[in-house]
Amino acid sequence: MRSAVAVAATVWFFGASFGLVARAAGMGAVAPFVMSATTFAGSAQFAASSILGTSGSAVAAIAAAVLLNARYAPISISVAPLFRGPRLRRMLESQLIVDESWALASRGDGRFDRRILLGAGLLLYASWVSGTAVGVLAGDVLGDPKDLGLDGAFPALFLALLVPQLRTTRAAVVALAGAAIALALIPVTAPGVPIVAASAACLLGLGRRR
Amino acid sequence: MSSAWIVVLIVGAATVALKATGPVLLGGRPLPESLSGVVALLAPVLLAALVVTQTVGGDRELVLDARLAGVGAGAVAIAARAPLPVVVVLAAAATAVVRLLA
Repeated sequence: MRSAVAVAATVWFFGASFGLVARAAGMGAVAPFVMSATTFAGSAQFAASSILGTSGSAVAAIAAAVLLNARYAPISISVAPLFRGPRLRRMLESQLIVDESWALASRGDGRFDRRILLGAGLLLYASWVSGTAVGVLAGDVLGDPKDLGLDGAFPALFLALLVPQLRTTRAAVVALAGAAIALALIPVTAPGVPIVAASAACLLGLGRRR
Repeated sequence: MSSAWIVVLIVGAATVALKATGPVLLGGRPLPESLSGVVALLAPVLLAALVVTQTVGGDRELVLDARLAGVGAGAVAIAARAPLPVVVVLAAAATAVVRLLA
């Protein structure tokens, strides 16, 4: 849970940064807040607001953001068994899935911890939404999270959570294949596509038991 | 309605649906045997892809910048079995220092 707090602090700064950027992009004060409360996914929100801010079309902003969030289809499938009860409840709880809560909840054997996923998800949600509110109102006081190196913290977090996943040869091979697919596609596809395409590497696990 | 609101509402609805995909369609029961082998590999694959895209990803280009130093410092900390919050803080500090010097 200490990890979740460290990550939540980082996420808060990015939420504030999003609020500032979105306001500067002409989204007003309320729309960025509503976007953080409903979309709750950093990269897609930054992409959409920057396209709107550079006089791009709404269609371009929507396409970029939806592509960036397409990874949530495979991500949410990986944790599907953790969600029980009525459909509406599963739908509401699933909104706490975000890259960081999902990564923190992974136990290293392909399974996930429901309490961490929802607990960290709630903490990160509160950080993201409150950060956005502060950013919209007073973001210029805080400065750029990149000056604090916070954009380098996320890949290191994901790497730390990847390492315990590599206990079997198959997992290591498939992770390497996924990384290679993502690396190869970054220069040639829209952002978001490399991650979704990389998830195809796990089809190597079809019909095999570990 | 302004284009900002149209984007907020459509992206919000699409993201809610994407995040609900697994829990709504497959939740509440164990996964079929044939699918569970694939799903067990989703975590390592997606984490590996996130490491790559967050380290060198740009808008249709590879960007080599201070984030590499952050991940490098993080990797050293991970190898030294540092706790996760330490890994995150060291990675941010290394990124910030290299960016300041560059």
